[in-house]
Amino acid sequence: MVAFLIRRTFGMITVLIAVSFITYVIFFRIPDGNPAERIAGRTATQANIKAIEVKLGLNHHGFTGLIQQWWDMMHQLLTGQLVSYYDGTNVVQQIKEGMPETFSLCIGAAIIWLGFGVLVGIISAVKAGRFSDKAITALALVGISLPVAWLGLLLRYFFGGEGHFSWFPDGGYVPLTTNPWQWFYHLLLPWFTLAILFVGFYSRVLRSNILDTINEDFVRTAKAKGLSARRILVKHTLRASLIPIVTLFGLDFAAVLGGGAIITETVYQIHGVGLYAEQSITTQDLPPLMGVTLYGAAFIVVFSTLVDVAYAYLDPRIRLT
Amino acid sequence: MAERLLEVNDLKVRFATEDGTVSAVDGISMELERGKVIGIVGESGSGKSVTAMTMMGLTRGVNARFEGEVLYKGTDLLKVSDRGMQNYRGNELGMIFQDPMTSLNPVYRIGEQIVEAIQAHENVDKRTARSRTVELLRQVGIPNPEVRVDDYPHQFSGGMRQRAMIAMALSCNPSILIADEPTTALDVTIQAQIVELINRLKDDFNSAVIFITHDLGVIAEIADEIIVMYAGRVVERGSKRDLFYDPQMPYTWGLLGSIPRLDRPRVERLHTIEGSPPSLINLPEGCKFRPRCPHAFEKCKQEPPLENRVGTPGHLDRCWLDVEYKRAHRDETISPGSEAAA
Repeated sequence: MVAFLIRRTFGMITVLIAVSFITYVIFFRIPDGNPAERIAGRTATQANIKAIEVKLGLNHHGFTGLIQQWWDMMHQLLTGQLVSYYDGTNVVQQIKEGMPETFSLCIGAAIIWLGFGVLVGIISAVKAGRFSDKAITALALVGISLPVAWLGLLLRYFFGGEGHFSWFPDGGYVPLTTNPWQWFYHLLLPWFTLAILFVGFYSRVLRSNILDTINEDFVRTAKAKGLSARRILVKHTLRASLIPIVTLFGLDFAAVLGGGAIITETVYQIHGVGLYAEQSITTQDLPPLMGVTLYGAAFIVVFSTLVDVAYAYLDPRIRLT
Repeated sequence: MAERLLEVNDLKVRFATEDGTVSAVDGISMELERGKVIGIVGESGSGKSVTAMTMMGLTRGVNARFEGEVLYKGTDLLKVSDRGMQNYRGNELGMIFQDPMTSLNPVYRIGEQIVEAIQAHENVDKRTARSRTVELLRQVGIPNPEVRVDDYPHQFSGGMRQRAMIAMALSCNPSILIADEPTTALDVTIQAQIVELINRLKDDFNSAVIFITHDLGVIAEIADEIIVMYAGRVVERGSKRDLFYDPQMPYTWGLLGSIPRLDRPRVERLHTIEGSPPSLINLPEGCKFRPRCPHAFEKCKQEPPLENRVGTPGHLDRCWLDVEYKRAHRDETISPGSEAAA
């Protein structure tokens, strides 16, 4: 276990270094990729651009220069000194400020999507082939197909603010520590917007896993022992069926925590990491982009390690090596 | 006379499928007394496993139809609700399955799975159930059971897993042990040990056994009575002695001829039954074995009833052939090349 964690930690660091370097290279390779030229504006002289390059530390040339610049940026990021090219705000500071809103959105949505996904999946599998199963299947497909941006805007339009059924506030965020009820009230629509896709998807996956597991020999053995239908479902069928869900959940949850809920945050004006990412993409601002990318990548690598640990716990045949 | 535990009367099992109705079992009857062993033999798809699972109520489903009776101590199990069957499964009828590799849940410890079976039927605390589990594992020959009880199935070999399955099936002292091809997935030396174990435990636990196999060699060691099934039907039924020394059905001859034997002159190749079993949706007219039977004649286009033709009481068969003709010709199939010895 210890050896596993040490090895995985080295692996994670390697991945993060690779991600940051590739992000850096791609940024300068895209058309119109020189930040100095963009900041200087259309009428800038060569001297202007040169001056800005020096100011941003982008005046190194060639391959070693590229590595030098990348290394400088990493150093600034890790020491918390990296600032935006445009407004000079501190990147680490900005991400830190966005985290409570992103975490509130994602944890709430994750509870909803995991809870409903599992519940709906079980009902659908137990009633397989009957009307309720078919209705759930249709609804799940609709849920999977709805574009989040469209769904979010519609929900906000109809149920938020000045809509026809203005039961909910029109976007925005209230910190949990300020007013727990308002926090909950403001987040309810965003939670459901973010969760619906996952509910549809998870319930489909779980349904087919359960139906596969039901035909396993060990489930027949459980029945032949004289166990009740409920116990067979919960203790024998569900346990095996949930293992693939753990992988899905680990990676999906990491992705939204890591700033992947860009659309939901944008639609509801939740100033989380996703909205920060959206703004820095629009302005092609490299330091925030680098910060958000590494922040997201860190969640992915950490959670995929956690998934492996959870696997070993759920299935004793799996050894962590 | 020993206590009559089980009486199956003309059991029929059909499944509706997309391709038509499958007649998996078409009229099987048997009686089982305490301490006895019935062997059911037949190829894959002959209906032997469906028969066993139907007794346990494991074949129920929207597409399954049942006829006849499965009387356990006078109660018709076919009429007991699925919930009601929970009191019979494991408690009155224990079952061992073919593949011990997949029949145990891989994510729970062996002990836990047996404790679960005990606690499903008896109101005992975990500690008592656990010490009984250790005792059961000892009885089925698991070395060091106090330690191995906490192993996971993947830490057991195939033979040990089957022993654990037997311990689980016997954990609540069932009156009947149903063993559905318990030795098929095991290698030959382990097979003999498992058969020997079942035979011994049957006496220790004072139960009766229904032993299902496709291997007449295995059944010779354990069964008192043998039922030969083909295409969902009983084609021959009698005591072990009748079946081995006076077999009446050409299908039985084929099964006997395909056992390698050390007590007969060595033959070039073992006998094989030509062809394959018929589709249970489109059964041939008349005798179901007719298309594969080298002795078939005109009359076989009508299906022969299962009746006593030999004279030995309790020996039934489904074959129109003349008894004397059969006695004269069966050794060509059973032990080719040694007719003179017969």
